[in-house]
Amino acid sequence: MEPTNRMHQPWERALAFGAAVSMVAALWAIFVYVPTDRVQGIVQRIFYFHVPLALVTFLAFGITAVASALYLWRGHSRWDRVAYASAELGVVYCTLVLVTGPIWAKPIWGTWWTWDARLTTTLILWLIYIAYLMLRNLTTDPQQGARYAAVLGIIGALDIPVINRSVYWWRTIHPAVLITREGGTGLSDPRMQLTLAVSAVAMLLLFLWLLRARVAQADLHARIEELEKALLKA
Amino acid sequence: MWTLLKKDLLLEWRAREMLPALLLLGTLTLVVLSFAFDPMLPWRREAAPGAFWVALLFAAVYGFGRSFVAEQQNEVLQGLLLAPLDRGTIYLAKATSTLVYLLAADSVLMALFVVFFDVPVHQGLWPWVAATLLASVGLAALGTLFAAISMRTRAREVMLPLLLLPLVVPLFLGGVEVTERCMAGRPLGAASAWLHLMAGFDVAAVVVAWLLFEYVVED
Repeated sequence: MEPTNRMHQPWERALAFGAAVSMVAALWAIFVYVPTDRVQGIVQRIFYFHVPLALVTFLAFGITAVASALYLWRGHSRWDRVAYASAELGVVYCTLVLVTGPIWAKPIWGTWWTWDARLTTTLILWLIYIAYLMLRNLTTDPQQGARYAAVLGIIGALDIPVINRSVYWWRTIHPAVLITREGGTGLSDPRMQLTLAVSAVAMLLLFLWLLRARVAQADLHARIEELEKALLKA
Repeated sequence: MWTLLKKDLLLEWRAREMLPALLLLGTLTLVVLSFAFDPMLPWRREAAPGAFWVALLFAAVYGFGRSFVAEQQNEVLQGLLLAPLDRGTIYLAKATSTLVYLLAADSVLMALFVVFFDVPVHQGLWPWVAATLLASVGLAALGTLFAAISMRTRAREVMLPLLLLPLVVPLFLGGVEVTERCMAGRPLGAASAWLHLMAGFDVAAVVVAWLLFEYVVED
């Protein structure tokens, strides 16, 4: 069995290259190319990071849920590594969403935080997956930890739509402090739409590349442990 | 399943370990929260539903944390797993006994709440009772599953609320909203959708937890 260095396959280089190029392009588009929003001013530019980050967050937790289900069903530890890596990255992306949001909200809404349905759902999402990561760290038996985490990964993903619904009702029954929606002025300018698209592609490619790297690293780690066990037995 | 359920309830009846502690904790939470809101303030009545649900949640989380202790001490769970029983059945028995404790605690908490917060009892009590019932079912369903998980982690006392609380947000929000309406004497109206949501949450929680329990106790 020849261990291959999986990180250096051609498509992976292409992925890394694509992520780097599109990220530079996105930065250029955000800071130079795109026109400043007439109403919101310069701070609106953070939107081009904020929204793609949020989209990738949902994708990451979706991958975690699917991989968790596959792990419980099939029992291949590979799926567990995918679920774990995706959850880790999802928490990083989600944290960035929660950081970039208030930076934009303070000058536009006049407050760092409001209990808007989307904000609240994102915060709860973040709390669930922080608990997911903690659960993995606090179990003694790694296999057991993988199963527990998979259970949480599945229930968490199923719960999110319900939480979103309930938080939405909660806010609409109460008087709304702020009615402004994100991107309330709309992205009317085609240059703005293009910038958003480029940024979304960049975030997605970066995520896929990081996910790939993390899973490959976890694979190698598992293999090392396997070899260690074999050596100890011998 | 009935035998298992009977065993749990009988143990609790003989030892009287969990229920008194659960009740006391709920009561204390209510008292502390009463201190937190100045009794003279006009909005005290409005904060009351929140106080009730926080007390309920505290008591529930504490109770769930205890629910597998007896099993763990004497390795009863291992014995049960060896028995020719479906794992789902073990789960259902455990969740039901947890629900029974929780409902017992609920009823006492509700009575105390009426006394402490001077709740107008005569008007529209039923939605409040329904919301409490529905929330308890969902809490017991997910609480039993995650108690089985957190019991085998380090720092298990902290782990259970960390896992459970974010997931039961819909139950908590629904409970507070419905209770608020009842306290204010307003008709349920649109808030009845909350009861549907909670019922749907319960059904989903029971089914999913029942299916997944097998993977939690597997060794």
